[in-house]
Amino acid sequence: MQPIVSIANLSKTYASGFEALKGVDLDIRPGEIFALLGPNGAGKTTLISIVCGLVTATAGSVSIGGNDIIKAYRKARQLVGLVPQELTTEPFETVIAAMRLSRGLFGLKPDPEKIETILRQLSLWDKKGAKTVTLSGGMKRRLMIAKALAHEPRVLFLDEPTAGVDVELRRDMWDLVRGLRDTGVTIILTTHYIEEAEQMADRVGVIRKGELILVEDKAELMHKLGKKQVSLHLNQRLDAVPPALMKHDLELAQDGCELIYTYDTNADRTGITALLTDLSEAGIRFHDLQTQKSTLEDIFVSLVSERP
Amino acid sequence: MNLTAVSTIYAFEMRRTLRSLMQSVVSPVLSTALYFVVFGAAIGSRIPQIEGVSFGAFIVPGLIMLTLLTQSVSNASFGIYFPRFLGTIFEVLSAPVSFLEIVIAYVGAAATKSIVLGLIILATATLFVPIRIEHPLFMILFLVLTSVTFSLLGFIIGIWADNFEQLQFVPLLVVTPLTFLGGSFYSITMLPPFWQTVSLFNPVVYLVSGFRWSFYGQADVNVYLSLAMTLLFLGICLAITWWIFKTGYRLKT
Repeated sequence: MQPIVSIANLSKTYASGFEALKGVDLDIRPGEIFALLGPNGAGKTTLISIVCGLVTATAGSVSIGGNDIIKAYRKARQLVGLVPQELTTEPFETVIAAMRLSRGLFGLKPDPEKIETILRQLSLWDKKGAKTVTLSGGMKRRLMIAKALAHEPRVLFLDEPTAGVDVELRRDMWDLVRGLRDTGVTIILTTHYIEEAEQMADRVGVIRKGELILVEDKAELMHKLGKKQVSLHLNQRLDAVPPALMKHDLELAQDGCELIYTYDTNADRTGITALLTDLSEAGIRFHDLQTQKSTLEDIFVSLVSERP
Repeated sequence: MNLTAVSTIYAFEMRRTLRSLMQSVVSPVLSTALYFVVFGAAIGSRIPQIEGVSFGAFIVPGLIMLTLLTQSVSNASFGIYFPRFLGTIFEVLSAPVSFLEIVIAYVGAAATKSIVLGLIILATATLFVPIRIEHPLFMILFLVLTSVTFSLLGFIIGIWADNFEQLQFVPLLVVTPLTFLGGSFYSITMLPPFWQTVSLFNPVVYLVSGFRWSFYGQADVNVYLSLAMTLLFLGICLAITWWIFKTGYRLKT
């Protein structure tokens, strides 16, 4: 399938000498929700800003629906809607005037029906005559999304859509984003909430210090998540895994004082009962037992922490 | 050319003006009317005619120029600075709009407003003093060129400014003194020869002189020199704007 957004070898060095992006390659598939995860300052916003034309890249290229963002910027931008992280609205304009402005900037006539549909979709129709300064934070965020959707883009960029949003609103936002995807819009969102990526994304990319260090299907990641480990703290040190226990997936750790068993929680049988029976038959005793689950958070933390 | 976008931004800017009608139209008109009352009626009657024109009538072109310059600069600078300050500029920058279209829309709106103000003040002036316009086409030409040029200057300032103080700096500390010293209220031929020469370095002298010539047929400097200088300032502002466009200065990192 032809990617809807294609980013090749994208680099950005700011005038201060700070390298925000270092040769990023990324293809976004049409109709997916792609979550770009990364700590603050990793380059998420820079990446989005380049694609949307707010920042000039130092090297590399981006095309949207096959249109280069520099050479064919009008066609490329027509396909893209952007919701930045900051809530920025002209305070004295009404909601409906703000929507007309957004359409106008993209060369489109006001089309009252279209505007009504979008405002209803974002539960803002009741507020159509209100000045934006009177809206609550959540409504402003929805207005920003409505404005980004005003020209019916095929790709929507959401930069930290739930930053500083309470739990309930966050869940509403997730439902909203899924709803948008169902209408055929491709969604690229940045977040530093792992839960958000888990809840919504079809694919996840992790960015660290300007480098895209992982791009994977969420299902794939969840499979890795499904792995669990049991650590048994042994009473006596072992030099090797006893032959009687070889059929189990075991490792020795802590200089032979700990046995680690890895199993798949998604499997029909975990094999724990069999292992414990075999251990007792082999006369191996332990004084403590721990289980641990590797979460997306663990994967994420180990990926983004300092690493050569 | 994304004409819909140009007219959208233009209309947006004009709406902003209408929203703040008191501040943007009523107040400059009122303050200019006060000049007429004070200098035209009260003091003017005691001041002898200048080159056959009563003092009250003599200052009309200068007063219109004063308003054109200060209003063009402050309007255009505010028009582009405010969205930068709010952050809403992102929407314009990420839309399929070229920089030229952005300039046409913002500068066009600011210039329109200045021209309308200038005409309102002219109409107000006729209530207080006798006005005659000998060269109406030149009058319109100077009106439009000056409004566009100084709106461009305002646009440049609005892009350059990083805070409200810088935004006010040029209109208050550069444009206003230059206008007062540029022969708005007197003919520079009334000055000692040395100061006449100094005045020739003040660009506003050429604008006021040319504009006054279109009213009364009298000028401190040749009208074609005035026109040439006006076009020169326009050219300089266009060049700076073009450079901003090329480098993305203060708009794109």
